[in-house]
Amino acid sequence: MSANGTAIKNTATGGCDTDAFNVDAGLWLSLCDHPFFAHACGTLYSEREKTLIVSDLHLEKGSSFATKQIFLPPYDTAATLSLLAEAIDGFKPKRVIALGDSFHDADGPTRLSDTDRTLLLRMTAAAEWVWVAGNHDPELPEFLGGRFVDEIILGDISLRHEPTDDFEGGEISGHLHPCARVRGRGRSVRKRCFAANVRRIIMPAFGAFTGGLNVRDEAFYPYFPAGSFYAYMMGNDKLYPIASQSCLPG
Amino acid sequence: MTEALAPIHSAEPVLPDTFAQWFAGKGWAPRAHQIALVEKARAGKSCLLIAPTGAGKTLAGFLPSLIDLNRRGKRKPGQAHSGVHTLYVSPLKSLAVDIARNLEAPVADMGLDIQIETRTGDTPSSKRQRQKLKPPDILLTTPEQLSLFLAAKDADRFFDSLTTVIVDEIHTMVTSKRGDLLALGLARLRTFRPDIRMVGLSATVSNPDELCGWLVAQDDPEEPPRADLVTVDGGASPNIAILGTEERLPWSGHSARHAMGDIYAQIKVHNITLVFVNTRSQAELLFQELWRINDDNLPIALHHGSLDVSQRRKVESAMVAGALKAVVCTATLDLGIDWGDVDLVITVGAPKGASRLAQRIGRANHRMDEPSKALLVPANRFEVMECQAALDANYVGDQDTPPILPGALDVLAQHVLGVACYAPFRADDLYLEIRQSYPYRDLTRETFDRVVDFVATGGYALRAYERFAKIKLTEDGTWRIAHPRIAQQYRMNIGTIVEMPVLNVRLTAPGKGANARAGRMLGKVEEYFLETLSPGDTFLFAGQIVKLEGIREADAFVSKSNASEPKIPYYAGGKFPLSTYLADKVRSMLAEPQMWGRLPDQVREWLSMQKERSVLPARDQLLIETFPRGDRFYLIAYPFEGRLAHQTLGMLLTRRLERARKRPLGFVGTDYAMGIWGLKDMGEMDMDALFHEDMLGDDLEDWMGDSFMLKRTFRYCALISGLIEKNYPGKEKTGRQVTMSTDLIYDVLRDHEPDHILMQATWADAARGLLDVRRLSDMLSRIEGRIVHKNLDRISPLAVPVMLEVGKEPVFGEASDTIMAESSDALVAEAMGDMETAEAAREAARERKRNRDKEHRDWRL
Repeated sequence: MSANGTAIKNTATGGCDTDAFNVDAGLWLSLCDHPFFAHACGTLYSEREKTLIVSDLHLEKGSSFATKQIFLPPYDTAATLSLLAEAIDGFKPKRVIALGDSFHDADGPTRLSDTDRTLLLRMTAAAEWVWVAGNHDPELPEFLGGRFVDEIILGDISLRHEPTDDFEGGEISGHLHPCARVRGRGRSVRKRCFAANVRRIIMPAFGAFTGGLNVRDEAFYPYFPAGSFYAYMMGNDKLYPIASQSCLPG
Repeated sequence: MTEALAPIHSAEPVLPDTFAQWFAGKGWAPRAHQIALVEKARAGKSCLLIAPTGAGKTLAGFLPSLIDLNRRGKRKPGQAHSGVHTLYVSPLKSLAVDIARNLEAPVADMGLDIQIETRTGDTPSSKRQRQKLKPPDILLTTPEQLSLFLAAKDADRFFDSLTTVIVDEIHTMVTSKRGDLLALGLARLRTFRPDIRMVGLSATVSNPDELCGWLVAQDDPEEPPRADLVTVDGGASPNIAILGTEERLPWSGHSARHAMGDIYAQIKVHNITLVFVNTRSQAELLFQELWRINDDNLPIALHHGSLDVSQRRKVESAMVAGALKAVVCTATLDLGIDWGDVDLVITVGAPKGASRLAQRIGRANHRMDEPSKALLVPANRFEVMECQAALDANYVGDQDTPPILPGALDVLAQHVLGVACYAPFRADDLYLEIRQSYPYRDLTRETFDRVVDFVATGGYALRAYERFAKIKLTEDGTWRIAHPRIAQQYRMNIGTIVEMPVLNVRLTAPGKGANARAGRMLGKVEEYFLETLSPGDTFLFAGQIVKLEGIREADAFVSKSNASEPKIPYYAGGKFPLSTYLADKVRSMLAEPQMWGRLPDQVREWLSMQKERSVLPARDQLLIETFPRGDRFYLIAYPFEGRLAHQTLGMLLTRRLERARKRPLGFVGTDYAMGIWGLKDMGEMDMDALFHEDMLGDDLEDWMGDSFMLKRTFRYCALISGLIEKNYPGKEKTGRQVTMSTDLIYDVLRDHEPDHILMQATWADAARGLLDVRRLSDMLSRIEGRIVHKNLDRISPLAVPVMLEVGKEPVFGEASDTIMAESSDALVAEAMGDMETAEAAREAARERKRNRDKEHRDWRL
């Protein structure tokens, strides 16, 4: 596996090196002197805290649409959970933080298939699991396991679902589903991304059926007022840092 | 098929007095085929009329209905309104409107009491309501509107007097999904009224038997039923020539810029000229170029499908009024609309297919007994050969419509839901009804049941959605819709024409950016084109050079630009692939120098040079050339199978060459050739192995599975089948959101249920559509053992055209990561290191403060 060329050596792996999960496939981001490893699968890992952060799983989005007679493939929860299981396998975190909108709607947990529920409960039992409340899932049932919080503080850094404009230190949030678009070779590529500057990281949505909002959308203005940020676009097994001025709207 | 003559004991003359007098009054004699159709009608027979443009086809189709309606007489006061007597279906709503207008004249002349009305997407709801209560005698409409009628609760009553269905331009519809939708609709009508008579109107086709089958119920597999065939031999053969030019013939490209002066001179000396091109961008370019040299200020107009409707209507009426000298147009003017006294048709670019050429040429002199006059303007050297091959083969009379393929499953799904919206149905009955339509005559029960299951709950192996079903099997054994809302949603999403996502182009003042207020609408443009632009870029639209100001939601704002050349040339090659038939003709011409006599000197010289420096392949051979150029190595193949097949070939070869460590960098496909380039010499490779048919196995499957083209195809299928909806009450998704979400759906479905019925539908489409795999596979088996490989030390003359396309074409395939890598800032890692420092943070804060207002504004650009 190739080194990613960043200055900080990747110590996150703890010697774990599987084919299924390339733990080098990412970049180090620093927030308030706290290094985080942003991975091309859309997770953020703190080696210092042995904590894996993931946002906007939107589990049971397929079945949520089905209630409105739109029959998307009923495999999104399985797909999302298996990707998350891979990340957990790769990083072996002590703590997992799900940064809100973990379920697409409040009834989502009750619609989990037996298989998916078993898998999820095993995951929430295996690590210290924290459910941060999101706008889609302000309250979740106890049976899921883990703790339920509105937001969480990690040193100087606040972690909450929706980004805010009013904090000291740093902030990690989700909610906006950032994606970026770049152009080249006569066409353009649009992918999910982390949007980050020195003060904050906005996480990409992790769910299999979650779409994205372009980082050039005005919804992002309040959080990157000077317009200077990087979009870390999620490639196949690499993260591509794109300067904000290279990101196209639309 | 032998056909008995009209019964001798016929009690009345074929034409009633009123009609005979009308013909006589016009100084016309009814034509033989017009009489033949009246006789067919009297015998209750369905028939297909094949006639060239200008033969009075439409009148022939309607004549029996007019006679029958006239015999029926006036409705007595107090008598209930009867339903529609004759239904006319056309592929274009403008054609339906035009035909209605043309029918009014004889009906008024003869004083017939016959109501003729159109029903299209544009029909106001008040008129729709009235039509429900008082159906017209003759209703002219489109396939989509027919589906809407059939899904209405009172469909059977509306059609309870129906005797005749006329399908116009049938040859253009049957090979598309709209044809499938229409075939299913007609099967429905036959269930309501088993004795309806079908009349198909068609231009010349190579295989009329298929069309005859398409028109009637396929209820006897032993002896497949056929409609009777009435053929009118083509009148005066058209006078077609290839535009000669003193200018240098371009090696490549599609703009025909070299021929502007000659085209302009032709426009000048003719009454009204139609200039046909294949794409919107070509139309824009040509229009711009003609006006650049329009010293006489001739009234030359522009007409294409992306322009705003009001603008198009203006051009059309100006043309009918004879106020125009020329119109530059695309396929939107292809079909049988009569636009006045056109005496010359110019088609720019090679014909590509015969039906299209014949249609276009038929626009000139809308009278059968006078020859139409047409001029072909090849835009490059290969096109010269293609045009000449077409003329040599007397191609215009020799039609090559593609075969009618098995009906699409996504269309079937849409139809099944429509049937349920009308009334509860029994699966057994519906299956039998659908099997009677020609495209679905071989549909298996298993596939049908899977489609019903798909409509009900998505048809997934994991049965998670049973309780949310759209249609439910009830105790009486019928399927019925679960909620009236389902019918409402169905009505909003009917149809098989899935447009590329388009944005409205609106004119605004310069400098407004995307904050502009809604400006005047210029038309619509494909989203994929705008995606390659940045604000400030200029391009041609609606006959002017405009500058992109910004994009907001579904609107692209542009301002007028003073630039003399657009910055973004928007290259889009021939939209239609070269037909197999013409490709073969071009290959023969290439192989036989004695056939070059009629080619221009420049082209002859070019081919002679090729013979000297490399080789001219025989008709059944595939020539492959390899040579170095600059610091790269090239491989060029000349299959002549059309752009789509060549692009697919390029993609597959790239994968193979990667495995062979030849480090390929890119490829390009034109209609005639395919070029691939890389860092290693490919000259010593075993070409038979490289071009072996087995590339269509795993390589194809792997590559296609990831291909964005397959995802786009999936999106179309998902929309047509009703898996996702274009429109739902109270909300309209924009194209871009849909594109995004169907890609995600596709990925999940491919991983978890690759043989789902919608994936099947997608692959079936891909095989014949965007990827043209079928044609590629025919080619690979044709050339096996017939490859001629020339390893050259420099570029060959034949290779020049495709080499000139290198770099113009977007690179397809899995280049996503490459594009991101190229966009990413090489220094970003260090930059991120800096950002750790407090200094960077402070600097950022200062910057933020300084620029807050200004930046905020800039961001909106």
